[in-house]
Amino acid sequence: MIRILAFFVGLGFVGVLMLSLVFGLIDYAKEPPEPTAEHEFHKHPKELALASNGPFGQFDEQQLQRGFQVYKEVCAACHGINLVAFRELAALGYEEPEIKKIASDWAIEVPSVNPDTGETATRKAIASDRFPDPYANETAARAANNNALPPDLSLIAKARHDGAAYVYSLLTGYQKQPAALVEHFPASKTTPGLYYNPYFANLNIAMPPPLTSDGQVTYADGTPGTIEQAAKDVSAFLVWTAEPKLENRHRTGLAVLIFLIVATILGYLSYRNIWAAAKRKVAPVGPLDPANMAKSEAAKDEQGIAG
Amino acid sequence: MSFAWAKPYEPKSDFSRWIDQRLPLPRLVYGAIGGGYPVPRNLNYFWNFGVLAGVFLTIQIITGIVLAMHYYASVDGAFTSIEHIMRNVNAGWMMRYAHANGASFFFIVTYIHIFRSLYYGSYKAPRELVWMLGLVIYLLMMATAFMGYVLPWGQMSYWGAQVITGFFSAFPVVGEPIRIWLLGGFTPDQAALTRFFSLHYLLPFVIFGVVILHIWGLHIPGSSNPTGVDVKAERDTLPFHPFYTAKDGWFLGLVLAAFAAVLFFAPNALGHPDNYIPANPLSTPAHIVPEWYFLPFYAILKAFTIDFILPAKLWGVLAMFASILLLFFLSWLDRSPVRSGSYRPVFKRFFWILVADVVVLGWAGGSTPTPAVVAISQIATAYYFAHFLIILPLISKFERPLPLPSSISASVLHGEKQESAPYGLAKTAPAPAE
Repeated sequence: MIRILAFFVGLGFVGVLMLSLVFGLIDYAKEPPEPTAEHEFHKHPKELALASNGPFGQFDEQQLQRGFQVYKEVCAACHGINLVAFRELAALGYEEPEIKKIASDWAIEVPSVNPDTGETATRKAIASDRFPDPYANETAARAANNNALPPDLSLIAKARHDGAAYVYSLLTGYQKQPAALVEHFPASKTTPGLYYNPYFANLNIAMPPPLTSDGQVTYADGTPGTIEQAAKDVSAFLVWTAEPKLENRHRTGLAVLIFLIVATILGYLSYRNIWAAAKRKVAPVGPLDPANMAKSEAAKDEQGIAG
Repeated sequence: MSFAWAKPYEPKSDFSRWIDQRLPLPRLVYGAIGGGYPVPRNLNYFWNFGVLAGVFLTIQIITGIVLAMHYYASVDGAFTSIEHIMRNVNAGWMMRYAHANGASFFFIVTYIHIFRSLYYGSYKAPRELVWMLGLVIYLLMMATAFMGYVLPWGQMSYWGAQVITGFFSAFPVVGEPIRIWLLGGFTPDQAALTRFFSLHYLLPFVIFGVVILHIWGLHIPGSSNPTGVDVKAERDTLPFHPFYTAKDGWFLGLVLAAFAAVLFFAPNALGHPDNYIPANPLSTPAHIVPEWYFLPFYAILKAFTIDFILPAKLWGVLAMFASILLLFFLSWLDRSPVRSGSYRPVFKRFFWILVADVVVLGWAGGSTPTPAVVAISQIATAYYFAHFLIILPLISKFERPLPLPSSISASVLHGEKQESAPYGLAKTAPAPAE
């Protein structure tokens, strides 16, 4: 009875699926979907080799400091990193007095309350503060940016496919819109206030090119401040803001793996030992009879079989 | 417990005798996972995955309890509390990555465990209830995993909750009120988040309880084995401890090493980047996809595209629920008395088609639904239902199985008259049994 019912239930599902399939194919034949500009012109991010890549990757402190400088001078006016605290900059190699100075010099102040009147006010940041947001709220951010919302960058390297490589490609990917695109997809023409960037999902991004010329950033360590370099450095910095415990994770992982591999080998040997002990409880006959075993080994050697 | 030759527990000291007379807990453990549980001696490594699932359940409970100490179930604070765990809590990043990837590994080992049961006919008499309790565990796991994924309150959390609770609104008349009742509101909001957290904390303990029933039910007939032949005599079995504790032990080390490799070196590989964006009810992600372990069901849901008598969405939801519920009837759909797929030549072929079919469904569920992907998922979904509801009953009627070995120990003897070595240790080539 169950099988008869099952047969008809199965037939029902299969039938509806086949109808779905046939009607889908008919629709497809009647109106093949048209290619979209995104499908034709969107590019996969470029390769980006960072010191933190790979299972044993560690941060390059110098690069993180340069990246922080790029963030501070170029990005911070519009993008916050509100999950990161000033004190965490110690991981980039800054000393405590330097961090205190960075915090108190930060261009954006921290929201506060006037202790005398109770009115809202702002105060200078201190090391234990998180980086203050550049805008008071989303409405203010959109009002200042042609109705676009600059996302917080704390987690951007984990919140996009290909993370740091995507950030780097986006920063260096601004270009003139290809004539072929405008010709084939007039609707996708970049409108005023938007900028063509093939690494951005819908090709037209509201962010103006942030890195426009070599030398825009003058690095303290003497590294030439090319667009390429600045984009790489700020991408490396954003990997750190997204995953500040990365180095710790890689080191711990190595130790844990070594421990587990040793434990597994010991476990395997004891497993062989225990199962071999069971073997000894019965009289060795057949192929396990030492005499037969020797014969079998000899026969194998003769035929050249390994093991 | 199960066989006459199972060794009874013998207290070794006065203290353990004192305990045994008052609370025979060591006796229970000895009979369940100690020397008092005889296990077929020919189990292969696919029989390790039940223990592994138990280990991952334990890892999930322990890491989860620690995470709950720092997590804050609030629509305004959940996302930042997760980042607080990642940045400021001692080893918090390890706890969270272990919990997130532990869920994936729990599903990986459970899927292997389930397919092991499908191939070796572990769902057949006398283990029908073991199989059904296993399915209950699987359903509870799905509910728990879904609610856990909502807790970080990222974009995929929010929209996943929106889509999955939206299933209920496919049912006419009662659907929408049920959805609102489940969510405690019109969309996922504080009420939904708080109750999901509460249930996410509760359900693992329910799972633990059902696992005990699952093991209890298993230990009545004893474990199945790769030949599917019943245990007949003592020489067919070995005590669980030390033989299978040793085998499970080293294999657990291997699987934990794989787990550690993912946890420490690619912790976000199995997740979706959008869940690092805080939930925003006003911005729908380009492609809403569930976690990888739900993708085959997501493909089934989306495969129905025409309103035939019922709306397409309702067909999809019914099919998705049916795809799991039909497994409860498997013991009666497949009437072949031969358990092991190794002795069922026709069944074996269709089994591997099913495995490939589920992989294809998973791929289709995660892909952008272009016309080609939709067509493939329709064919794959049709095969899934046809396999269990039509093909399997027919195979069990018409198939001629291969001759079975006369006993487990006969199957591990390689031509010699008497028992010699435990399976796999004899250095000769395996007998041409298959």
